[in-house]
Amino acid sequence: MASMPDVDLWGVPLAMLGGAIRVSTPFLFVSLGECLTERAGRVNLGLEGTLVLGAMTGYGAAYETGSAWLGVGAAALAGTLFGAVHGVVCRLPRVNDIATGIALMLLGIGLAFFFGKPYIQPVAPDLPAIPFGWWSESPQVRTALNVNVLFLAGCALAVALAWMFRATRIGLTIRVVGDSSDAARAMGVRTHTVRLLATAAGGALAGVGGAYLSLYYPGSWNEGISSGQGLMAVALVIFARWNPVRCLGAALLFGGAGALGPALQSVGITQGYHLFYAAPYVLTLGLLVATSSPTRALAGAPGELSISR
Amino acid sequence: MTGFAAAAGALSVEAVGVSMRFGDVVALDDVSVRVEAGTMHALLGENGAGKSTFVKCLMGFHRMTAGQIVVGSREVDVRDPRAAHAHGLGMVYQHFTLVPSLSGAENMVISRERVPTVIDWQAERAALARFVDTMPFTAPLDVPVQRLAAGERQKLEILKQLYLGRRFLILDEPTSVLTPGEADELLGTLRDLTRSGRLTVLMITHKLREVSAFAHVVSVLRQGRHVGTGRVADLDHGSMAAMMIGEKTVRAGTERGNAVGSVGLRVQDLRTPDRTGRKEIVIDSLSVRSGEIVGIAGISGNGQTELMEVLTGQRRPQSGGIRIDGRSYVPSRAAVHATGVRCLPEEPLRNACASRMSLAENLAFRTFDRTVDGRRRFWLDRPALRSRARDLAARFRIHAASVEHPMASLSGGNVQRAVLARELTGTIRVLIVANPCFGLDFAAVAEVRSRILTVRNSGAAVLLISEDLDEILELADRILVMSEGRIVHETARACADAAVIGRHMAGRP
Repeated sequence: MASMPDVDLWGVPLAMLGGAIRVSTPFLFVSLGECLTERAGRVNLGLEGTLVLGAMTGYGAAYETGSAWLGVGAAALAGTLFGAVHGVVCRLPRVNDIATGIALMLLGIGLAFFFGKPYIQPVAPDLPAIPFGWWSESPQVRTALNVNVLFLAGCALAVALAWMFRATRIGLTIRVVGDSSDAARAMGVRTHTVRLLATAAGGALAGVGGAYLSLYYPGSWNEGISSGQGLMAVALVIFARWNPVRCLGAALLFGGAGALGPALQSVGITQGYHLFYAAPYVLTLGLLVATSSPTRALAGAPGELSISR
Repeated sequence: MTGFAAAAGALSVEAVGVSMRFGDVVALDDVSVRVEAGTMHALLGENGAGKSTFVKCLMGFHRMTAGQIVVGSREVDVRDPRAAHAHGLGMVYQHFTLVPSLSGAENMVISRERVPTVIDWQAERAALARFVDTMPFTAPLDVPVQRLAAGERQKLEILKQLYLGRRFLILDEPTSVLTPGEADELLGTLRDLTRSGRLTVLMITHKLREVSAFAHVVSVLRQGRHVGTGRVADLDHGSMAAMMIGEKTVRAGTERGNAVGSVGLRVQDLRTPDRTGRKEIVIDSLSVRSGEIVGIAGISGNGQTELMEVLTGQRRPQSGGIRIDGRSYVPSRAAVHATGVRCLPEEPLRNACASRMSLAENLAFRTFDRTVDGRRRFWLDRPALRSRARDLAARFRIHAASVEHPMASLSGGNVQRAVLARELTGTIRVLIVANPCFGLDFAAVAEVRSRILTVRNSGAAVLLISEDLDEILELADRILVMSEGRIVHETARACADAAVIGRHMAGRP
């Protein structure tokens, strides 16, 4: 740490804030998707695969059509299809949703690599960002406050989902299905259909998260694009206790932790910053240990989840 | 409020020649029962007599193999529960169908036939408050259902059915989780509702006392057949029991000896958080002498489950502990073996069995790694396991297709007998039992109780935790009452007064 005196100390939190907003968006979309799926009583571990597939589809479609938004749409569609496949397979008797999810994760990644080969070189259009830092002279502030439209959409979506779970028929129905199949059946709700739709919608959100990866940050398609973010987002849902608004907070926290390494590097710390790249993983582990308990069941867990039953 | 406004009055329902076959098994054979409008009709029968199957046919959960259902004066086709609801039929299940994480208000609104796409909670709450005002009882509506006590849930469930405009209500053992006082209040309310012509009630029950005190008419099923219907006023307990049981002999009650010895089980300064983590269970001192049965009465959810979990080793106490014969005891397999502590927890399939392992394996949990003379063994002796299991099954009358069948395939009574067989074999110093007769039929109840008495008479200390006050009054030598996680009342058998105990159970001494 010989270069310590040169470090601009304000730069680190600012870069982390900017990084948090930039990095958190895929976390946010995947965790909202998983939150929706798990609230309906099903686990979809395949969202990592959906994320990578969404990144590839989004990038390819944006490159072919010249429109980043069409890319997002295509990614959402791919995610919906993948979610629906998971949903349909899980409806079959004696199918375990954890095992299916892992299989679909590998399938999604494999498909994305296979079809994505031709798109590694070309350059696709980027998603637009809104420069909320226009008032500042400082380039760091400007970079940090350059907020992508999808992040704002994700924030709005988190609030909208929370409202949906509380005050709409669809939201209450999803909660009933996720908490007690018996009660749902007694009400005449078709649990399988509700779960299928929720899983498909969750897949669509994860696909959008993937499009963000390839069309904005990092902003290109390559095979190492996700590095497990989809899986961590699933863990995030547990940490957020299946609450969409808390998913937003958790995504920001993880995004901030993920931005720690690059932020330190950007202000000139050259030694040991690699360790800080591990921060989100350490944080995941730490939070799961801290919030777990040998004596008490997970509060807020939907009753029909295969992991909590 | 659409449903409630539509309610015009009590409905009569008649089942004509209802039969139900599951594969080769005949669950119901030509059952015809008529429930008159505005009556409280009790449906009696042993376990497996077909009561649940019958009401599930009425509600459209099963498509009956043959027969018709007449509601009012019209024959109706009850394809599914939805169709039943549309005709004004509703059911309160033994296992609550309220959604645990939803509040009472949310549960009621979402169960409605037509739920608006966006729910205006302010207006709904106001409408609910107006509805509850017209009811003879109420229940908390703003708390998640999982935090309510069983009695409150039961009331909420009935409130929900009335809110939905049901005019014919089926209740499956509605009082099994209530105190005697609560049960009387609930059944009284239901009877008043039937008398005022708002509701018809068909109630499944085991409790003859409730039938004679509250029902107008009783029908009895036995082995899938309708064996009789009559006005309650014309029948006594003996004739009802005879109709239920038929040609079976109930094992005679065991004599109780009177030799009370040294303290076998002592619980001291025990503290542990309850399941929700919000309240604390505090047992300052509880001791059971050998040769006596100490009964702990209480409404479910007052800390009995947690106490049982500590005693069986499923839960670690925060402080305090257990002593067996004066020596400190931490439940472990070795300690259980050394001290002779035996447990029969509630829900034995979940708490005392590995449901997918076979009956023979489950019966061997205490002994599989010991030779006959008590030494450790490494290899299992499977033939010996099987022959021992067949022997126990014969002695305890466990009915299973074979001892190789998984535990989960046994009926509730047989699971209970299997766990009893395992726990009551060998030398017993201390026996800890929770709700041993929950969901068992007449004959099985008598058998289980007499076995517990036999254990006591052979000099073991017996702790009996039960939600069934009648059971405690029948078995216990000393009666404690648990409420809000504490022991709040103690009385000897000789001077026990059910009314006083009931008040303590309800937390109103």
